Amino acid sequence: MSTSAERFNEGARRRFIAQGRTDVRAGELLRHPVYTRVLHWGVAAFFILALLTGFAIYSPWFYRWLTPLFGGGPMTRLLHPWFSVAFVLIFALQFVNWLRPMSWTGDDSRWMRRLKNYVTNTERLEPEYVDFFNAGQKMYFWAIAATAVIFLVTGIPMWFPEIFGRIVVAISHVLHDIAALVMLVGFIVHLYEGTAAQPGTFHSMTRGTVEKRWAWTHHPAWYRHITGRDPRADYERAVQRQAERMRQDDAP
Amino acid sequence: MPAGTLQIKAISAHTGSIPGQGVQREEEVCKYIDVTTCIGCKACEVACVEWNDMPFQQTTFDNTYQTMPATAWNYWNLIKFNEHQREDGTMQWLMRKDQCMHCEDPGCLRACPADGAIVQYANGIVDFQQENCIGCQYCVSGCPFDIPKFNTKTKKVYKCTLCSDRVGQGLEPACIKSCPTGCLKFGTKTDMRAVADARAKQLREHSGFPNAGVYDPPSIGGTHVIYVLHDITKPELYGGLPANPRIPPTYTAWKRVAKPIALLLGLFAAPVAFFHYVTEGPKEPQPPVREVPR
Repeated sequence: MSTSAERFNEGARRRFIAQGRTDVRAGELLRHPVYTRVLHWGVAAFFILALLTGFAIYSPWFYRWLTPLFGGGPMTRLLHPWFSVAFVLIFALQFVNWLRPMSWTGDDSRWMRRLKNYVTNTERLEPEYVDFFNAGQKMYFWAIAATAVIFLVTGIPMWFPEIFGRIVVAISHVLHDIAALVMLVGFIVHLYEGTAAQPGTFHSMTRGTVEKRWAWTHHPAWYRHITGRDPRADYERAVQRQAERMRQDDAP
Repeated sequence: MPAGTLQIKAISAHTGSIPGQGVQREEEVCKYIDVTTCIGCKACEVACVEWNDMPFQQTTFDNTYQTMPATAWNYWNLIKFNEHQREDGTMQWLMRKDQCMHCEDPGCLRACPADGAIVQYANGIVDFQQENCIGCQYCVSGCPFDIPKFNTKTKKVYKCTLCSDRVGQGLEPACIKSCPTGCLKFGTKTDMRAVADARAKQLREHSGFPNAGVYDPPSIGGTHVIYVLHDITKPELYGGLPANPRIPPTYTAWKRVAKPIALLLGLFAAPVAFFHYVTEGPKEPQPPVREVPR
């Protein structure tokens, strides 16, 4: 299967890899190549700009706080659709780039049933079947894809109300708001999961690499594919090595 | 169009108190329009353009007496003409002066997301403050009468001010002053309503209009512009006057109630994430690296 979108995406990916650099040091694995990282931060930048300009208009609570960041109310109103168009366009590339690793499988449904264990940190290692992305990451990806479509379809009537009429605009408003709320919650969770909640994850999106320990902990199936080794066995070995080193240090 | 002497009772997208609310006694004003005695002379149209110094624009001829199809950003007052054929085959020439209705519950003000872009004075006049307008045109969507008009050059919305600048100085609106038949009157809401009711009764009892009545729609809390119509059961005949004007629920229940609650629930994700870190802690790569003293 090779669509024109994928061929375009593959070409862009190769050019970006030729441009940038990802240093994979000892004990590390390549997680996100340059192209993926550039796309991610492109989407992130315009998402945040669209979020701030959007929520400035969403609620009177934010209007006086957020509009000065963008040069006042009229400028905020003017910029919001353009930030959003940039967000949707870059996300479209991201969508093609990640479509395959993000596709939903039976293992993801299994993962969702043990979501409580994930949230309460009851297991040290993720289940064996967790591949490049876990089901939570996939849910966020598909939520962005769905809301991006809603934002676009409802945003255009709000941008050009004279063409669509007042009732279409009024309905678009509500759908646009709901999509924004879903994204607000998703974004807060994503921010937390990508930084404080999982040490090492932020580095994968800045410099592209993760520790092997990180890989066998969070994405064992991916670790197996990429190294050809058993994640559980490598973890056990690391535990033993650490125990030995502790014994040596404790010896008089 | 600011009118410094008028007390403000509602401000669009405003948090906190409203300056001047309830500090002075103020009568609610009202424009009375008796369509049954309007002769379609358009003096009010000219007076409006004249007083507000609006730039002229090309008129549109579409085989009626109407100046143009609808009001415009620089044409706030328009007489709508309709040649209506009654059931008995006789003809009735209906004329209605169309302009902002100055609703008691204004859909434009409810829809507006910009703090201070739309205000409602204690006397009932709804006024746009273009210096605070962000050009989003939500007011256009909120208005049941299709009144706010967008200027693509200035990116602002304009409409009839009920001559708030004149009313603030104790004068009647320009359209009222120009009317030669007395079909336009201006006064307090109570007085104008009484005059309108008396005129409708007269039409019903002495002039052969059994359905005559006063248009002051309760669905938006009444208006500060009221009509006496020959047939109150068919307001649509008068250039599309809605029988039951409604503000879309987007700007009432959704904006006032659901949106703030949903926003608070959404933002609640932030403290939940923070206390998750405090209570459950992060997922360290396993086994965690232990600092060993050497």
